[in-house]
Amino acid sequence: MSTRPAETLDHWATPWLFAAALATTLPHAAHQPVWLSVLATAVFAWAGWLWWRNERLPGRWPLALLVAIATGGVLFEFRTLFGRDAGVAMLVVFMALKLLELRSRRDATVVVTLGYFLLLTHYFYSQSIPTGLWLLAAMTLLTATLIRLHGGPASTVGGTLRYAGLLTLQAIPFMLVLYLLFPRVAGPLWGLPQDAHSGRSGLSDQMTPGNIANLALSSEIAFRVRFAGPVPQRDKLYWRGPVLENYDGLTWRPQGGRGRPPQIEALSPSIAYESTVEPHQQRWLLALDAPGALGPEFALSSTLTATSREPLSQRQRFALTATLDFRFNPDEEPAALRRNLALPPDRNPRTRALAESWQSADADPARLAQKALTLFSAENFFYTLQPPLLGEQAVDDFLFDTRRGFCEHYASAFVFLMRAAGVPARVVTGYQGGEANPVDGFVVVRQSDAHAWAEIWLAGRGWTRVDPTAAVSPARVESGIAAAMPAGEPLPALIRLRSDWVRTLLFRWEAVNNAWNQYVLGYNPQRQRELLSRLGLPDADWRKLAAALAIICGALLLAVSAWTLHQRPRLDPAARLWQKALRRLARSKVNYAPWETPLALLERIEREHPALAPAFREVVAAYLQARYGSIPDDLKNLRGALARLP
Amino acid sequence: MSPIAELQRRLFRWRSDGTAPLRLSQRRIFILPTRAGLLFAAALLAMLTGAINYNLALGHALVFLLVGLALTGMVHAFRNLHGLRIAPGRCVPVFAGEVAYFPLHLSNDRNAPRLALDLRAGDESRSVTTAVAAHGLSEIAVPVAAVRRGWLDLPRTRLATRYPLGLFVAWSYLQPAMRCLIYPQPLATPLPPPQATNRTGDHQGEGGQEDFSGFRERQPADSPRHVAWKASARDAGQRPLLVKQFAGGAQSELQLDWALTPDAAAPETRIAILAGWVLAAEEEGACFGLRLPGDEIAPGSGEAHRHRCLEALALFPA
Repeated sequence: MSTRPAETLDHWATPWLFAAALATTLPHAAHQPVWLSVLATAVFAWAGWLWWRNERLPGRWPLALLVAIATGGVLFEFRTLFGRDAGVAMLVVFMALKLLELRSRRDATVVVTLGYFLLLTHYFYSQSIPTGLWLLAAMTLLTATLIRLHGGPASTVGGTLRYAGLLTLQAIPFMLVLYLLFPRVAGPLWGLPQDAHSGRSGLSDQMTPGNIANLALSSEIAFRVRFAGPVPQRDKLYWRGPVLENYDGLTWRPQGGRGRPPQIEALSPSIAYESTVEPHQQRWLLALDAPGALGPEFALSSTLTATSREPLSQRQRFALTATLDFRFNPDEEPAALRRNLALPPDRNPRTRALAESWQSADADPARLAQKALTLFSAENFFYTLQPPLLGEQAVDDFLFDTRRGFCEHYASAFVFLMRAAGVPARVVTGYQGGEANPVDGFVVVRQSDAHAWAEIWLAGRGWTRVDPTAAVSPARVESGIAAAMPAGEPLPALIRLRSDWVRTLLFRWEAVNNAWNQYVLGYNPQRQRELLSRLGLPDADWRKLAAALAIICGALLLAVSAWTLHQRPRLDPAARLWQKALRRLARSKVNYAPWETPLALLERIEREHPALAPAFREVVAAYLQARYGSIPDDLKNLRGALARLP
Repeated sequence: MSPIAELQRRLFRWRSDGTAPLRLSQRRIFILPTRAGLLFAAALLAMLTGAINYNLALGHALVFLLVGLALTGMVHAFRNLHGLRIAPGRCVPVFAGEVAYFPLHLSNDRNAPRLALDLRAGDESRSVTTAVAAHGLSEIAVPVAAVRRGWLDLPRTRLATRYPLGLFVAWSYLQPAMRCLIYPQPLATPLPPPQATNRTGDHQGEGGQEDFSGFRERQPADSPRHVAWKASARDAGQRPLLVKQFAGGAQSELQLDWALTPDAAAPETRIAILAGWVLAAEEEGACFGLRLPGDEIAPGSGEAHRHRCLEALALFPA
């Protein structure tokens, strides 16, 4: 490698590279192991110190040692060098170490390219609007760094940044066209690593007291729904997740295996809606009770839970229907009924005794359920997110001692009471309610709307929903958790805030976010097909798309070239007025040859058009005075003379 | 002409540009991705694969934005050359073995500066980089190794730029009709003995080298040999240097004759010896003439005379 002057890196180009490296790696500190952040910071500081003192960069061996240490650390931490998190960690390490190796412009180019690559990795963690904007700024900084590298020390900071902004601006039309028309492939291309979708919260497939209460602390959005018609009443909005039938005294679990398909008898007209579900890594769709007919890509379990074939690993949109009043399995299988009467032996003797005393007084299931609900509402029960710990006899402790609990405690205790009293019962988890955003009409269901309720089986009516939480705290079901919780409960501010301008602002923001999710992030192969058929290309294959792209990009390139290369000639004001005078002459049928000087033109006019000559003589004199006279740009006379020219 | 050279000649429209100023138009600007550009393309491909695999909508957007950036970068690299005016300047003669500089005047009538313009003549290893400010002028001398005496034409010069992004290189071939006179490489040998000439009294007593007549202050034109170092040293450097003055005697006149050089030597060597004599005689401040087979330059001195002599030597047919 020859070290020609252009190829060596000038001293003041290095801060640009530091800034670019920082901008692309710093946000990763939020989800990188601490040791890695410390190592990267140390390397950054070292490189900065060497630059500041203008000292020699370390040789090959210290660098190799650092690479070995970092690689070993990544291997130890992630057990692999590949996959999402380990790969990001390695990129951060390379970026930091490359700063100790900045010798030529080629090294610097590698840093910038690595920076562009690192920008992509941020989208693993967030694709929100702020992330997008921030990364746009970081990209502009990287571009400015490239410009500075090639422009050399002659370029100014402001000029470089402005130029980078201009280039980015001109690149945006290309991005839009490619985003819409580039043939989309549905990922993944190969099996995703284990950690591809880690760290996302949602309903789990079992229920232990406390885990729904944890969800309630999150204002994250679980899914958004748009109803074709009016939004049903809030207390009808039960979004069904897994149904839990097996109880071991502590945890409720679903019954595995596949049962008989559910039988639904609709008692009210079906309503249509569209649901956009955030990824939760489980298969259930969280359909509104009771789901109507489903597409072939979905399945309905025997417990009426709608599921998808694959876990929902990305945001997805489903068109669904529901019936709000229905009968569900009036003739249930005996095995299922037996299963829903089973209780762990030797647990909760006081509750069993209570239930058996109720059953011996009146064995009618509906009245037994009413008795249990009356117990919750009449006695001193509290609805709280911070229930006291329960012991081995969890239901006994709850019903007779602590009497403070969240929906899962009530659902669990109610089902236990029913089973002990001989009524088939089970726990249903899911979400309840949702909040209509007045800005865009979407009903937003958050993690804090996670809920657990009960179902009992009544002869002739089938499985019937009973929500024991409603008995304790009717507000929970009618107006949401914020109304149900007494002040002082640790709810997130977003859920707590009510009817106030902050809240409308939040509604706006969420509507914008929703539009972003629906139309920008949700643009997938299917949406592309829809768009193309709306554009009149219903069966466009990749060849047609490539041709269309080539044509549009070519046209854009021409437009950008025209913008970039077009140069409006800079005329001084006197020359502009002179041009105006010449146009006037042209109207009087006097043509002007490009090589004629003003005086030569005047001479010719005096000869050929004597009538024009006196007025034009004034114009020429004023023009020459304005253009070449001692007072530059003395335009008053010229304007006056021009006005007198016929 | 080899097929490749012929292809290049047609492709790049190689022809002499004459002596007039030229303006770079799109017909003579060429553009190709650089190695950094290819690396960038590979990175984009990898990023696109990642974006598809992990279903990153914004990842797609980022890749597409970078594609757009590269394309606009291409247009801007082109713009960095497009419309640039280049006018040939005047070359200063140099000796063979040195580096000849061909000055070019670049003028920019655009509102934006043109940075990082890289000029390289022919197969030269060295290149020069310049920038022209918005509505500015810049003079840049293109270096070419001067190997042989005589006229050196500016070889085909490649004006290239990677500005702004370095992903594309835009270049243009310049072939202005410019030539630089290359003096022969001088060979230092002792001067031939001066010949007294029959000059009349005009020159008597005029700063000759015969009899010491006193000191005077040194002028910049005086040879260091004539400085009276001992006399000057007495003043401990407080006063200007002194020069010895001589009076009387005829001023010596040197006749640098081809015939005085060794017959056995090769013609080029004889020319080198003569060139060395011209320099030495000029150094001494002597009045000297040059006689070559078929050419004679009357005795004289000074910068112009020296140039005439060296030019005659440079262009002497081998």
